[in-house]
Amino acid sequence: MADTMQTTTKSTTSGGTGQAEGNLLSRFFRATEIDTRMLGMIGALLIIWVGFHILTGGLFLTPRNLWNLSVQTASVAVMATGMVLVIVTRNIDLSVGSILGFTGMIMGVLQARLLPEMLGFNHPAIWLITLCAGLLIGGLIGTLHGAIIAFLNVPSFIVTLGGLLVWRGATWFVTSGQTVAPMDANFRLMGGGTEGSIGATWSWVVGLLACLAIVAAIINARHQRKRFHFPRRPVWAEYVLVALGCAIVLGAVYIANNYYWPINIARRYAEANNIAWPEGGLFISQGIAVPVLMAIAVGIVMTFIATRLRFGRYVFAIGGNPEAAELAGIKTRWVTVKIFALMGVLCAIAAAISTARLNAATNAQGELDELYTIAAAVIGGTSLAGGMGSIAGAMLGALVMQSLQSGMVLLGIDTPFQRIVVGMVLVVAVWLDTVYRARAK
Amino acid sequence: MTDQHTPLVEMKNISISFGGIHAVENASVDLFPGEVVALLGHNGAGKSTLIKILSGAYKRDAGDILINGEQADIRNPRDAKKFGIETIYQTLAVADNVDAAANLYLGRELQTKWGTLDDVAMEANTREVMGRLNPNFKRFKEPVKALSGGQRQSVAIARAILFDARILIMDEPTAALGPQETAQVGDLIKQLKREGIGIFLISHDIHDVFDLADRVFVMKNGKVVGHARTEDVTKDEVLGMIILGKVPPGATPGPGAMKVA
Repeated sequence: MADTMQTTTKSTTSGGTGQAEGNLLSRFFRATEIDTRMLGMIGALLIIWVGFHILTGGLFLTPRNLWNLSVQTASVAVMATGMVLVIVTRNIDLSVGSILGFTGMIMGVLQARLLPEMLGFNHPAIWLITLCAGLLIGGLIGTLHGAIIAFLNVPSFIVTLGGLLVWRGATWFVTSGQTVAPMDANFRLMGGGTEGSIGATWSWVVGLLACLAIVAAIINARHQRKRFHFPRRPVWAEYVLVALGCAIVLGAVYIANNYYWPINIARRYAEANNIAWPEGGLFISQGIAVPVLMAIAVGIVMTFIATRLRFGRYVFAIGGNPEAAELAGIKTRWVTVKIFALMGVLCAIAAAISTARLNAATNAQGELDELYTIAAAVIGGTSLAGGMGSIAGAMLGALVMQSLQSGMVLLGIDTPFQRIVVGMVLVVAVWLDTVYRARAK
Repeated sequence: MTDQHTPLVEMKNISISFGGIHAVENASVDLFPGEVVALLGHNGAGKSTLIKILSGAYKRDAGDILINGEQADIRNPRDAKKFGIETIYQTLAVADNVDAAANLYLGRELQTKWGTLDDVAMEANTREVMGRLNPNFKRFKEPVKALSGGQRQSVAIARAILFDARILIMDEPTAALGPQETAQVGDLIKQLKREGIGIFLISHDIHDVFDLADRVFVMKNGKVVGHARTEDVTKDEVLGMIILGKVPPGATPGPGAMKVA
């Protein structure tokens, strides 16, 4: 909303000086109602991508690297969506990495040790029971944290700092520090990889469905505005938005489909299915990875919760003015409990993705993830002062962080130096955002 | 006004203390339908505290609240709203970061049949109410913090009258406003009064409210000095009540009245 203001002020000033080009640009942004702040982030992301592409001599912007990038981002992106709500209400959650570790370990033990004894190895129900148990435990841990914060009035920083230590310790106790492996075959699909991707055909189906959804959403919004005689976007702006949205979706699908199975796996697959090995090699598309689909689904659901439900409205109102929210009759304590419970569930989803990807549950799983998650939310425009933030922004923030790391790995930069860079980027990003907001006022 | 009816609100012998200090002690006030009652007193006299008990923001230690002659159990702002009590707070109590419609419906959002927020309907109603209240108001899409003091005030007032309030509490309603906006609020109060709504006006400045009010209650050091119909007393006499606790002949003394030796 601050961005509409920004565009209006920009257009009035540029209108005064009579700059034709500036006028056109600001008119474009006002007509399409594109969030200029989000645009800035996408711009930064593109600069990072192109920069690394040049520095690595063309290794970065390849289907293979982008595909891997999407899979690596999934786990932190899932948690960042919840962190937005936590930070918007002026709280913080330092325990997400440890909750990830603990729920991951529980799910590991369930699927690798307990359930196979009861149901048999690779029983088709194992992954589902495991996942549900993980979500339940994550939710309970979050509820506990939220209840202590809301009803015992202990600051969230302290409660979750305690949680960080407690759940990391508890992770060790589950197996006395042993790593649990391998994971259930069906469960492993959630980690991506050759089997955990949906292939070319289904990727196109998902892409086309997404395009239809974009068109439907824009038509619906226009009808709603018409019904109550609100100002509508010009028709050309609607077309631009549809075209832009569909191009991005289909482009992403195209890239995912251009990353093929590794030769060894393709050869084994060909032998197993009696396919003659073609002269130029067999190209089987990976398509969109399952964890990426999960992260996108989480992002859509969380955006829906944050913007279309009462609960989301209350979250932002509490962040803007806790006293006013209380006086308006909102049960602020319960909202806090629900936020942390939701955060716990999201940690469990992230745990499923990362244990499945690693094909093991370890003691150290998710260490430092709390910091990456908070950084992603903050880079994505969530204000630590509360009241401001968006789910999509946080997920983009997670992608920015992961892009930096992957790029530096490709460049062969040492881990300590990677951390130095990521740390500095975080500070600079927040500084830029502060400058932007000060100007937007 | 119509003393033979049951009062709309009757607060009897209300007491509340914070950490051993009696903020309000044995205070009784009443309000009839279509009546404007001004609650006057210095800063710290206990007027806002007394009224926050009625609006559910504080819980009383002792005393009774009767709405239409019946015991009302008010423990939080939600309870108060159930009795048709709406409050416009001195601090405005709006969520700065969301727009006017979201503030108007905060805590009582309209929902579609699928349980999602019906933003379009809420904005449409907001436009209608704001159009009545402040026809110049056009900034519906912006967060409230971008608005001027007067505009924020009209958002706060619109929120209170949107839900058919029967009892309206206005805590220093004109403190943040210029002369023209103050006059607007005055007109609004007269209009709401005609509709039969009972209004508590809280102010530390007698000039703001004397002409609007039917009766005045004066508080000092947490106690009610006395109350009077505005036609029976002069501004100077009321000032004497506020400053000295001296009750003029036209007023009924309360527990906080100055003891005449």
